[in-house]
Amino acid sequence: MIYMNLDHLAIDEILLKRRSLRRQLSAEEGLQPVRIAVLGGSTTNEIVDLLELFLLASGFQPAFHQSEYGRFYEDAVLDPSDLIAFAPDIVYIHTSFLNVQSVPPVHCSEADFQGYVEAELGRYKQIWQSVEEHVPAQIIQNNFELPPFAFLGNLDAVSSGGASRFFLALNAEFARAAATDPRLTLQDVHRLSAQIGLAQWFDWDRYFGYKILTTSEGSVLLARSLASIVRAIYGKSRKVLVLDLDNTLWGGVIGDDGVDNIQIGRETPVAEAYTAFQEYCLSLRNRGVLLAVCSKNNEDVAKQGFEHPDSVLKLEHISCFKANWEPKHENILAIAKELNLGVDSFVFVDDNPAERSIVESQIGGIAVPDVGNEVTRYAAIIEAGRYFEPVSMSEEDLARAALYQNNAARASSEAKFANYGEYLDSLEMSAEIERFKPLYLERIAQLTNKSNQFNLTTRRYTLAEMEAISRDAQYIGLYGKLSDRFGDNGLISIVLGRREGDLLHIDLWLMSCRVLKRDMELAMLDVLVSEAREIGIRTLQGQYLPTKKNGMVEDHYEKLGFDLVSLDPESKISVWTLDVSGYIPRTQHIKILEPVHG
Amino acid sequence: MDSNILLEELQSIFRDILDQPDLVLTRGSNANNVEDWDSLAHINLVTAIEKRYKIKFALGELQELKDVGDMIDLIQVKLAAK
Repeated sequence: MIYMNLDHLAIDEILLKRRSLRRQLSAEEGLQPVRIAVLGGSTTNEIVDLLELFLLASGFQPAFHQSEYGRFYEDAVLDPSDLIAFAPDIVYIHTSFLNVQSVPPVHCSEADFQGYVEAELGRYKQIWQSVEEHVPAQIIQNNFELPPFAFLGNLDAVSSGGASRFFLALNAEFARAAATDPRLTLQDVHRLSAQIGLAQWFDWDRYFGYKILTTSEGSVLLARSLASIVRAIYGKSRKVLVLDLDNTLWGGVIGDDGVDNIQIGRETPVAEAYTAFQEYCLSLRNRGVLLAVCSKNNEDVAKQGFEHPDSVLKLEHISCFKANWEPKHENILAIAKELNLGVDSFVFVDDNPAERSIVESQIGGIAVPDVGNEVTRYAAIIEAGRYFEPVSMSEEDLARAALYQNNAARASSEAKFANYGEYLDSLEMSAEIERFKPLYLERIAQLTNKSNQFNLTTRRYTLAEMEAISRDAQYIGLYGKLSDRFGDNGLISIVLGRREGDLLHIDLWLMSCRVLKRDMELAMLDVLVSEAREIGIRTLQGQYLPTKKNGMVEDHYEKLGFDLVSLDPESKISVWTLDVSGYIPRTQHIKILEPVHG
Repeated sequence: MDSNILLEELQSIFRDILDQPDLVLTRGSNANNVEDWDSLAHINLVTAIEKRYKIKFALGELQELKDVGDMIDLIQVKLAAK
């Protein structure tokens, strides 16, 4: 797959060449289909046009449905038949201050103010609810930019009759709604518009001429931000920031200047700027982005930089450290292997354009923003790429950085045991393997969308689909959580069986790669067999659908003792069965916890 | 600016926006005889021309244009007034 990096193109270039860019990007194979309905309060063609481009560049093949002009409310609430017929995966509700009906009049009293906010919020709640009832889709709703005119001047933000104050209050309500509804994702247009400024955001010529409210720059920002949300919904946000050291994390060359002379700390403006960038990286790390180091240095010298008393980043924050004289792209591939993550989840930051260029050309899918060589600009440029967009902050995300560190500790303890079984025993693993629970459905849907390697069928499910499945008696949905003496790995495996008479089709079997080679698949099978027997199943039938990424599970069913039923010589799709009558539980190294009821 | 040069430059912009590398633009070209010159393409063309020549078309000016020839004349007037 050729990744065309639209980030390197100027906005004017994108606007000018978008049709040929779209033609080239559409020709890629293996794009992931996604259906997006756009319910708009103004003309949405331009946003859709640009969104299509950014999604194609992210590996999606989008199909769009747009509401009739301005009919976002009607098409969602009163007549959702077109929406239902389109069967969207995502519904984007794009509205602006112009679509708000109950702006308080200038004489509005303090007592009445909240009523106006509630009235408008109520209208949107109707929209969200109706969409949620009618289609199993994720909703993206933008909040509001500030209105273009502040009729009350500064008082507009103060008075109960001020539109500025009203929209800020409405935005706060939208945020509250999105925080409590996992199917509602907020697009922060308030921030986007502030980023380029309202004067560059609204374009009244275009509005009166074509009913497009924003400048083309504004539309590009909207589309880019939407694309990053879609990537996040499908688990395609990036996860790892790979950092160079000299003149990236500190000023100077540590090998030449010595640890005492690198620029870091508070003593000089340059040192302060590097400290600020380290703080930015640490903030990313604290919200779950993994940090890795890739530097041309001697390892011991490079590590001294992190022992500098003023270094904000410490070695413990770095999940993988490569400092040597090998080519950087080789080191990055090694980092990917060690962290068990694809390079398409990596962002590489280096002040040296030659290094950036070789890494970008040698590693397909890695993001290499053109950060230049001014440390004061690094963070803003990384930010503009929207690489690490999270769709929600789960405890999983926050714990992930710590988890990967534990993994590194496990890898080092692995060496000391006589055999692998002994090592597994030493991990003191225990697993909770049970039927799907409402509490975990969000994580379950998320996992189906982001697991690519240990995934037998790579079937994607939305939260709504998983909710339906969890209520359907024809399905056995099992989740698995695994803990060990280093910590809780969280919910890391899913098996979904579908009953057909006394046969159970295994529609889905996936596992997070952070628990590979832990015998977790045996534990899952044990529980699956026991659950299946209870409802009179005689045979399990599994399927392997090969993709570019799931080669590691080609022999999954064979290893578990299933019999090969068929193997298509063309597609390499294989079908396997297991007779459960004589099945004896096989888990040896994991303690399966008794289900807790009530 | 010479109107032939302008026509040539517009042709290059049209070729990019419409993704038609062989498009030949004449003064008589209009939305009816140029393939894919739809309303969204029109917006893109206008935006690209405004950016390229650092001019701004007034609301209503565009509605009166029949073809590329009219557009060239209007651009020339705008450029002369700068």
